[in-house]
Amino acid sequence: MPIARSSALLAGFAAALALTSCAPKKDTIRIGEFASLTGKEAAFGQSSHKGTLLAIEELNAAGGILGKSLELITEDNQSKAGESATIVKKLISRDKIVALLGEVASSRSLEAAPICQAAKIPQVSPSSTNPAVTETGDYIFRVCFIDPFQGVVMAKFAKDTLKVRKVAVLTSVSSAYSVGLAKYFKERFVADGGVIAVEQKYSEGDKDFKAQLTAIKASGIDGIFLPGYYTEAALVCKQAKDLGLTVPVFGGDGWEAPQLVEIGGAAVEGSYYSTHYSPENRSPAVTTFLAKFKQRWKNEVPDAMAALGYDSAMVLADAMKRAGTTEGAKVRDALAATKGYVGITGTTTLDASRNANKAAVVITVKNGQFKFVESVAP
Amino acid sequence: MSEFLQQLLNGLSLGAIYALIALGYTMVYGVLRFINFAHSDVFMVGAYLGYYLGKLVPPGTLWGGLFVLFAAMIGCAGLGMLIERLAYRPLRGAATLNVLITAIGVSLLLEYSGQRFFGAAPRVFPPIFPERNFQLGALIISTNQLVVIGVAVLLMLGLQFIVYRTKIGTAMRAVSQNPKAAQLVGVNNDVVISFTFGLGSALAAAGGILYALNYPSIDPLMGVMPGLKAFVAAVLGGIGNIPGAALGGLILGTVETFIGGSQWSTYKDAIAFAILIIILLFRPAGLLGRFTAEKV
Repeated sequence: MPIARSSALLAGFAAALALTSCAPKKDTIRIGEFASLTGKEAAFGQSSHKGTLLAIEELNAAGGILGKSLELITEDNQSKAGESATIVKKLISRDKIVALLGEVASSRSLEAAPICQAAKIPQVSPSSTNPAVTETGDYIFRVCFIDPFQGVVMAKFAKDTLKVRKVAVLTSVSSAYSVGLAKYFKERFVADGGVIAVEQKYSEGDKDFKAQLTAIKASGIDGIFLPGYYTEAALVCKQAKDLGLTVPVFGGDGWEAPQLVEIGGAAVEGSYYSTHYSPENRSPAVTTFLAKFKQRWKNEVPDAMAALGYDSAMVLADAMKRAGTTEGAKVRDALAATKGYVGITGTTTLDASRNANKAAVVITVKNGQFKFVESVAP
Repeated sequence: MSEFLQQLLNGLSLGAIYALIALGYTMVYGVLRFINFAHSDVFMVGAYLGYYLGKLVPPGTLWGGLFVLFAAMIGCAGLGMLIERLAYRPLRGAATLNVLITAIGVSLLLEYSGQRFFGAAPRVFPPIFPERNFQLGALIISTNQLVVIGVAVLLMLGLQFIVYRTKIGTAMRAVSQNPKAAQLVGVNNDVVISFTFGLGSALAAAGGILYALNYPSIDPLMGVMPGLKAFVAAVLGGIGNIPGAALGGLILGTVETFIGGSQWSTYKDAIAFAILIIILLFRPAGLLGRFTAEKV
């Protein structure tokens, strides 16, 4: 490239940089959000983002908080490991956010947590259930239940409702969520007299599970616990059926996405998972939320990730109102004092470990639809 | 015993797909002596072509499935030739490193334009072939596995025929042995190289569709891991050697499946690649490759 042209290009680039890195506007409160808007867990990020954005728009329509309007700055981590740290640093240092919302997947929340803790920026995760997320530090919160509870719910459900005694556990070793949930499930299931006949493992992004499933089939189990995310869960169900495995397969909230049924088809019929909320709940809070969400997002029915995305933004805004400021330390104290906040996914009271204790619901797939089975109180 | 046979079947159907992709790496290496890293992304484009074409034909019919398969193969053959014409031919005669880096560039270009045009979210591949499961004793055989193994064997036989029984195949072998001498006896090297790319890319497209049939979630980065493994399979069998690539693919797929079904499933890639290192320590040219001293 001739020198004259390259220097002109450089000048243009510098000008573009100068334009984009303008200082934050004074009259808005900048809230950051990082989500898996594309990639393998795109359904999570999209749902969660739609819920969060709806909450922010609603707050702004009602006049904002502390006399200012809210500005949501969203960044996509492409469902990739390593991206979250980069974009969260960017949100904090360049966009000057006062608080951070996100993520769904525990592994990615865990990437952001130490950065927020070090910068003293409160982070509220809508739906990361691994206990380690909030253990990172006192600036990290979540508005959902944690895996020790979810593991117990599914262990009890397997024993009492499905009446299975001998199960196989298929864990994703590269997901903090999957490893944690498997551990809590096993502890409870064995304590209740069940048998874990075989444990098999896979990694995020794997597509071939026939080897593991053939070994599982040979061990003669009557159920498979599959704590993982929806893409893998659907592929596992499909390949299990191909191999003639007809035992019930059940998992956790990582299953909740329309893609589970799209990919899995008939193979996911009659499988079960635990999650945070069901749109079939007829409480007034859920009914209004359903109506508002459908109106905003082309008649889409909000799933648990959308409901928690909404709740996370509302809990944060509530804490800011009570704190009377957006200063990190004060918002942190107000968040820690959150008590009896009534949201879509139940009542949020943040305990000493900055976790919420909420009821879980069990869902089954029936005729391609997610159907409510039962609700389990904490 | 039945578990062993079932794992063997699983392994062979996975290995057959690796073998199909490995053939493309090995053929290009044979004529041009460089690794076409964009090959694994042609595999991905093949799966996406299958995805879009699969919507045009009635699902679950044999002729519909075959139509999608052949159309995607032709489409990718065109893409392979286009890549060769635009990216590699201008570098003919340049240092191998330049071509290698260009190949990485083309690979990234295809991956990220794929994210732009197809979207980054995974898509569900339609069931284009009829699906049923057969029971043979305790062994369960799905039609998908049969289709994969059947199509792979047919394509490899076809390839063997083209390379050893046709004029263009003879020309390919001539170019691979000595490009200058081939030119001197009247072989048009450009046509032969173009044809090699087309053939390899068509096989990659077939591999992509067979892969997507078995694992019906496709995304623009789906080629990375199978591509890497197929490349390893090609090296394992002896790069530049066609039966070697097929053998390498089958070995890698089977080993991976057996380890995946054992208690060391976490380490399945590590163990599969460790086996590769051990084989290469004892046979540096690969299983079927012949070690030739570099001509100076």
